[in-house]
Amino acid sequence: MAVTVTMPQLGESVTEGTIQQWLKQPGDAVERYESIAEVNTDKVNAEIPSPVAGTMGEHLVAEGAVVPVGQAICRIEGAEAGAEEGLTVAAEGAEPKDIVAAAPPPVEREPVAAAPAQKEADVAGVATPRDGMHLTPAVRMLAREHAVDVAQISGSGIGGRVTKKDVLEYVQRRDAGEIERPAAQPEPVGGVAARRAEIGAAPPPAQPPAPAPAPVAAGSDTLVPLTPMRRAIAEHMTRSVQTSPHAWTMVEVDMTRVARVRARRREEFKARHGVDLTFLPFVARAVVAALQKHPTLNATWSADGVVLRREINLGLAVALEDGLVVPVVKGADRLSMSGLALAAQDLTDRARAGRLRIEDVEGGTFTLNNAGALGTVMSQAIINQPQAAILVMDAIVKRPVVVDDDAIAVRSMMNLCISFDHRINDGLPAARFLRSVKETLESIDDSADLW
Amino acid sequence: MATMTYIEAIRSAMRDEMERDERVIVMGEDVGVKGGVFKATEGLQKEFGEMRVIDTPLAESAIVGVAIGAAINGLLPIAEIQFQDFIMPAVDQIVSEAAKIRYRSNNDFHVPMVVRAPFGGGVHGALYHSQSNEAMFCHVPGLKVVVPSTPADAKGLLRAAIRDPDPVLYFEHKRAYRLIKGEVPEGDEVTPIGTARVAREGADIAVFTYGLMTHFCLDAADKLAGDGFECEVVDLRTLRPLDREQIVASGRKCGKVLVVQEANLAVSVASEVAAIVAEECFEYLDAPVMRLGGPEIPGVPFSPPLEEFYMLTPAKIETALRKLAAY
Repeated sequence: MAVTVTMPQLGESVTEGTIQQWLKQPGDAVERYESIAEVNTDKVNAEIPSPVAGTMGEHLVAEGAVVPVGQAICRIEGAEAGAEEGLTVAAEGAEPKDIVAAAPPPVEREPVAAAPAQKEADVAGVATPRDGMHLTPAVRMLAREHAVDVAQISGSGIGGRVTKKDVLEYVQRRDAGEIERPAAQPEPVGGVAARRAEIGAAPPPAQPPAPAPAPVAAGSDTLVPLTPMRRAIAEHMTRSVQTSPHAWTMVEVDMTRVARVRARRREEFKARHGVDLTFLPFVARAVVAALQKHPTLNATWSADGVVLRREINLGLAVALEDGLVVPVVKGADRLSMSGLALAAQDLTDRARAGRLRIEDVEGGTFTLNNAGALGTVMSQAIINQPQAAILVMDAIVKRPVVVDDDAIAVRSMMNLCISFDHRINDGLPAARFLRSVKETLESIDDSADLW
Repeated sequence: MATMTYIEAIRSAMRDEMERDERVIVMGEDVGVKGGVFKATEGLQKEFGEMRVIDTPLAESAIVGVAIGAAINGLLPIAEIQFQDFIMPAVDQIVSEAAKIRYRSNNDFHVPMVVRAPFGGGVHGALYHSQSNEAMFCHVPGLKVVVPSTPADAKGLLRAAIRDPDPVLYFEHKRAYRLIKGEVPEGDEVTPIGTARVAREGADIAVFTYGLMTHFCLDAADKLAGDGFECEVVDLRTLRPLDREQIVASGRKCGKVLVVQEANLAVSVASEVAAIVAEECFEYLDAPVMRLGGPEIPGVPFSPPLEEFYMLTPAKIETALRKLAAY
């Protein structure tokens, strides 16, 4: 028996992965569930376990190849038949059936509620917009006909799918001048279609909009190939800026008390919990408390309304040498200070080691970025879609500050910068949220529980 | 225009056609003296006599077999099967004989016969008085299958079936008999076989259905209209041959398609409609074609809660439509 292993679905929005390295060469014995290849997706690195025991056969794709989910990547020979629950094993000679290597099961699409009352809950379950790759034939045809870039349209369908209606509404608004026509689109497309209808002419063959001239590395320039992560970051950042009208504001927080508490309790904390007591868990806790008071900051925009997320899953931006990743502390509202510290440490360590799992980077509802660790004092972050806001804690610096009694004192000051989706929140809730974080941090004292 | 119930329209079509053409005869169990178990043929024997409204023995193969013979010899028989559930003994006559005679005889003989049979559940009729067996006959070349949903079409389609030169199976939903009332044109209106009717116009979801389900779909469509989704409800009326043109037109127009039938789905009318949409509307589809029908269990149960589970309702249809709307 031989089986064909295909690229597994390594997360709900992942469409392809790069075979980073083959861990088993043709001829190598393979145990069931033993890792056979390292795969690099746009979100995380993962290993593909073998679905069966046997001998590694032919590699169907080379290292470095980008492989769509579902495509065959290798064959495993001499597999024991029949024993694999949930796997299809095809006999040699017969039409080889695909086996999807063990992977996190794809997220089941939640049924859409019949009643509006249920709708919100269901929407909350599926609100994460996909990467726009699921286009139905109707959407493709309309997009072609009206020269629409579907990526510009926010989808109202299940899982953020762009529907036929969305495209038609977009075209209508565009033709009404409510949306700026792309510069490379000199002719009014609606006019063409109308004229075509008038003269009864067949539609011309579809013309893709002229792409911008691709810059080419010339002479002494160096072309750095895009890693999956680079491409993903580029796509996410572009999409976020195009999707959300970003507004930005900042407060100054006096971190002197936090710094004092931290200095006094650091050793005790380390001895007890095994991790260093950084500023991050203090801020994270204050943020979680503030999100509970201001739920519109822990929310997602949808065409039907603003979805307030019940869970508070705090994304922590982690800078890597070659990119950026945002692992998520799930259920952050249920974690103590030490719980947050441990979770943050674990996620950061694993992010740097390239050992995050898909579930570690999914489901975030709000993102906290500790850019201050890099020394920055004022940052304007881009929202991590589909969240409502992103908060940056900048560097804590000692500065002379005018204190209450009009004296000048040296205080440890930190800027808290928030970028928020102005569709969901105005300045008032954003400012109230910041003030809430600020008050929590400034009122901390030695009696604070650091358990 | 007169307002009639569905069953009155059926009776009225038979009476009119019997008056119009003396070759039209009616035959079946209890159709004469009793006037039919549902009273579909009430008064016809009194009016047209025992020679034209014939009570038969309880033997469906004989009812249809005799009707075939009469038809070949120049009469226009309407054979009533008391319940579609009991049509099985006559299937050999219908499928092996009636459907094939024109072809087999190289056009020398043909069978201008109508087989009327009430079908459908929701009447606490249990396993043997609730079935929807139409799909079996839709598979057979040489047969035509019609199912009216309104009194006007009940009359118009029965007229067309009687005047059709070939065998037509005319299935009437028994729950619609007295539940559905409507205007019926006075004149000699005929509903052409093979044409569907757009019962409600819309551009968001095309709903293809027939029989009683047409009314349920219209109810459900009204519910969605409040939320800005306009369904186009197409009453298929003829199940064989299907109105391919209308199916394709509505399918392309809406891009989302739901096919609704009371019968279970496997290898059914809904399967055929879905296949046509898949073949002809692919480029226009904005969602997978959805079908809604009865469950794959052997019969409509007697127990009221189980029957309720089995039967489609406007609410179940609405749920499916909302799913499709949200897609």
